[in-house]
Amino acid sequence: MRNRALHIIGWPALAAALIALPYGLSFSQQEVLVFLTINVLLVASYRLLTLTGEWSLGHVVIMGVGAYASALYTKELGIYVPISMILGACTAALVAMLLSFPLFRMKGFYFLIGSFAAGEIIRLLWKRFRDPFGGPKGIKKIDPMPDFDIGIYSFDFFEPISYYYLALVVVGICLWIMWRIERSPVGLTFHAVHWQDKLAEAAGVNVRAYRTLAFVIASGFAGLSGALLAHYIGTVNPNSFDIEMMVFVLTWAIVGGTATFYGPIIGAIVLTILNEVVLREMGFEQMRPLIYGLLLICSVLFLPKGLESVVQKVLARRNGSGAAAAGEEQA
Amino acid sequence: MTVPFLEISGLTKRFGGLTAVDGLGFKVEHGAIHGLIGPNGAGKTTTFNMISGFYKPTAGQVRLRGEEISGLKMYEVARRGVVRTFQHSTLFAELTVLENALVGTHMSFRPNVFAAIIGWDAEDRRGARGRAEEALDFFGLLGHAHERAGDLPHGHQRALGMAVAMAAHPDVMLLDEPFTGMNPEETNRMMALMFKLRDSGVTILIVEHDMHAVMGLCDRITVMNFGRFLTEGVPQEIRTHPDVIKAYLGGVRHVA
Repeated sequence: MRNRALHIIGWPALAAALIALPYGLSFSQQEVLVFLTINVLLVASYRLLTLTGEWSLGHVVIMGVGAYASALYTKELGIYVPISMILGACTAALVAMLLSFPLFRMKGFYFLIGSFAAGEIIRLLWKRFRDPFGGPKGIKKIDPMPDFDIGIYSFDFFEPISYYYLALVVVGICLWIMWRIERSPVGLTFHAVHWQDKLAEAAGVNVRAYRTLAFVIASGFAGLSGALLAHYIGTVNPNSFDIEMMVFVLTWAIVGGTATFYGPIIGAIVLTILNEVVLREMGFEQMRPLIYGLLLICSVLFLPKGLESVVQKVLARRNGSGAAAAGEEQA
Repeated sequence: MTVPFLEISGLTKRFGGLTAVDGLGFKVEHGAIHGLIGPNGAGKTTTFNMISGFYKPTAGQVRLRGEEISGLKMYEVARRGVVRTFQHSTLFAELTVLENALVGTHMSFRPNVFAAIIGWDAEDRRGARGRAEEALDFFGLLGHAHERAGDLPHGHQRALGMAVAMAAHPDVMLLDEPFTGMNPEETNRMMALMFKLRDSGVTILIVEHDMHAVMGLCDRITVMNFGRFLTEGVPQEIRTHPDVIKAYLGGVRHVA
């Protein structure tokens, strides 16, 4: 009962807070907020991939595939932007599907390295082929999202605030879908494949098909986040999807923790706030990789279960007798 | 005689120069508890791994109701009705007991991503849950349904391993040393469960070292030695068979 009340009050309150949020921020902070919203989708999709136990270093490149694809569809084929975004996501999923054939012959560390190599190959293709990918300088002047009016609010996509609302709705829907997948029998099978792939296979689970499924779905959402990014900044180039960006995503996931759905999201939010508010104010912006590296080491040493474990502890203490409920949440 | 239920013929596995199993052949009747025994290193587990699809045989066939299942992948063998358990407590330790059993229902209630997102699979989920609870109840684990599988005591973990297999509603269950590390009381309880399982229509093929359990449990026993078929018979015959005694006692110096 108490849980239900929490849902009825909690979600609308959160939604209201998120809608009101940009009004308390400066213009540049609003821009950061847009990036953060997109990155939340990226890191949440990364967690979906890690559910089957495989960690990839190619996820950011897959995001780039979505960005490039969506940009090219609008520029070359003149497809309406929202539709080309969805097509971009589908393209990323398709590329992941093709990559899965060589990559899922490997497991663990080998998969990690293989995914990195596959990602670098894609990035080199972007650099090498000026037509259509624009070479090292990438694609410029990507069509922005067309403005529209929904009666109560008129979207003007030169304003970050409008794009933030768009991204918020898209990301919200995506998170809801990923949540549904994780809590379903499909999600349980992902976990099973992670913890004991041999036993899962003995129970009739086609382990490789499920690894591929998680990879493809995660890549689709990553592609969509890339498309959102491309039509916001209006330009994509191979270097915006390099290994440095991948390390940031890994850092968000590890600092936040990957045992819960919200762990990586917390990681992304906290580190972005830290980055923008603390580092930029203090003029340490250039030292971001260094500080991220330090944070990563510190969190592995002192908070090995991530920021999510702190949240879990707080929730467990507040619930007191509701410890069993907390256990269910974890599962 | 019609087509044998489970027939192993000429089954051979070589690892490089070592022949672990050499031309092994035997038949398992429907509804029987069939034991596979032999001294250490006789190739019992390798045989198991070939039947379940974990290894591909170098030569020979495994036939279920006349259909060849050797060389298929493990999940394909499982989908034909042959489900195995593993040595030691191989479980999804991080998941709850109920979730472990739910994974076992995978084949009967194949999950679907789109149905899961929209919420059209409520009936399947209920069915799977019912099946999982039934399997847990069978092994007396329903009271532990929401505990973490890794926290269960050893005997319960072994039972859970079998419950996962049972939730898959197999025709044949391959049990790989189910009595390892059990005290006599747990062994007796497990034996009673296996009789119950057989009476519910499941054919059981069991690899085991515990002679007390094997002799008390099996309808027929196949004995292996050095990867080869040694003899076969009912427990009484095996117990007194001179070749078997020689293999176990005389073979010690080879094995050690």
